[in-house]
Amino acid sequence: MITRRLFCSTLAACSLLAATAIHAQERYITVSSTTSTEQSGLFGHLLPLFEKASGIKVRVVALGTGQALDMARRGDADVVFVHDKAAEEKFIAEGYGVKRQEVMYNDFVVIGPKADPAKAAGKDILEGLRRIEAVKAPFVSRGDKSGTHAAELRYWKAAGVDLAAKKGAWYRDTGSGMGPALNTAASMNAYILADRGTWLSFKNRGDLGIVVEGDTKLFNQYGVILVNPAKHAHVKQADGQKFIDWIVSAEGQKAIAEYKIGGEQLFFPNAKR
Amino acid sequence: MHEFNEPLITAWQLVAAADERLAGIVLLSLRVSLAATLIACIVGMPIGALLAVGRFPGRRVLIVLFNGLMGLPPVVVGLLIYLMLSRAGPLGAFGLLFSPEAMIIAQAVLVTPIVAALTRQVIADEWSEYREQLRSLGASRTRAAATLLWDGRFSLSTAALAGFGRAIAEVGAVMIVGGNIDGVTRVMTTTIALETSKGDLPLALALGFILIAVVLAINAVAYALRGWAERHWG
Repeated sequence: MITRRLFCSTLAACSLLAATAIHAQERYITVSSTTSTEQSGLFGHLLPLFEKASGIKVRVVALGTGQALDMARRGDADVVFVHDKAAEEKFIAEGYGVKRQEVMYNDFVVIGPKADPAKAAGKDILEGLRRIEAVKAPFVSRGDKSGTHAAELRYWKAAGVDLAAKKGAWYRDTGSGMGPALNTAASMNAYILADRGTWLSFKNRGDLGIVVEGDTKLFNQYGVILVNPAKHAHVKQADGQKFIDWIVSAEGQKAIAEYKIGGEQLFFPNAKR
Repeated sequence: MHEFNEPLITAWQLVAAADERLAGIVLLSLRVSLAATLIACIVGMPIGALLAVGRFPGRRVLIVLFNGLMGLPPVVVGLLIYLMLSRAGPLGAFGLLFSPEAMIIAQAVLVTPIVAALTRQVIADEWSEYREQLRSLGASRTRAAATLLWDGRFSLSTAALAGFGRAIAEVGAVMIVGGNIDGVTRVMTTTIALETSKGDLPLALALGFILIAVVLAINAVAYALRGWAERHWG
């Protein structure tokens, strides 16, 4: 009988362990955002400041822009913080978002082998892409409907390269996030379009470096949107709005400008107030 | 070999420094996976025992089904649970998505077939050995299943450990239903995935070593407990 009692008390102890401490009620909002803001460390810098100012915790789920917007469409986020203007405007037009506000920008860069076999180096993104395609140099694409993927497809189109016809072994569609795609590019010594923030904080660079940068077309705007409470009644409207108000406020914008890696500023605040 | 030296040193430094964030992540991993394994045992062991001793139509189909479900892809389980728990899904009103509870549910679903299938095997072996004896005592099949479960408790710990191993090692399901939220749903495997995608391979590998060490420690404790219990009450 002692055995049975011991067995039962062990079971009870295990379930207690499982049940405790998981539920600490706290005030929080859920923000669906992109891997670039999370992995560059920007949120790690911003969120403690916001929490201190407001007492509200922010839970960030980092996905590609397309996925982040879908998550909000399903009602699983209070605020979206992403970078694909066309997709964001569509989101608003469908009635899922209340209003889009611009927050900051950074820029895209083309990363590639330092030896630059395609001679793509320079300032012109479209010319760079044409040269990569001309010699069929290996190019890694996110292929995951993220904001960066959408931008990449726009650049190919503007460069006059018909990907559907020209796609071959040189164009590697990886269907992965920015980091994994950079890992793939590093191991294949391939070209890739990346956001500067993720690149600066990325450590496994192999033989890669920046090949194309500084083109005004490479401008990458981030927007913030409150999910429409009319679509999803449980959206934390007041606290979500507080976060948006803070991030476009002088204080929030200053915090964005102050975030640096290796002395280099990653994001440039440009909210309209 | 120097690729492995740096992670080993990093792993040691992290452990030696008793890093608070790391401790939180390890504890959350353990809590989620232990709870999931416990649920899987409560549900899966009786199912396995009944499949072993029971006689009912469709039993063979169920046996094949549970054996097959041992290979459930974590990503698919994650996606299914995500769609169930999402606000737009049937269980959305509970607001469980992106919580440790959601991760426990997903891992429990993943692990239950493993526990059930392994339990069935253990009990089936016992059943063929003690069948006549239990029958002569006039035990019903349900009663026999319960007796054999209790009798085989030491062997069944292996089924529980196999389930726990699967739970703590998987990343696909917890990533989707947990969202890898810093300080809330970030566990060992999702941290490793995150550091890998940041290109910090030495840190990712260091965390991997720590995870392996934790799993080994749990198994060692379980093994020692089993030996001790068998000696005293076997």
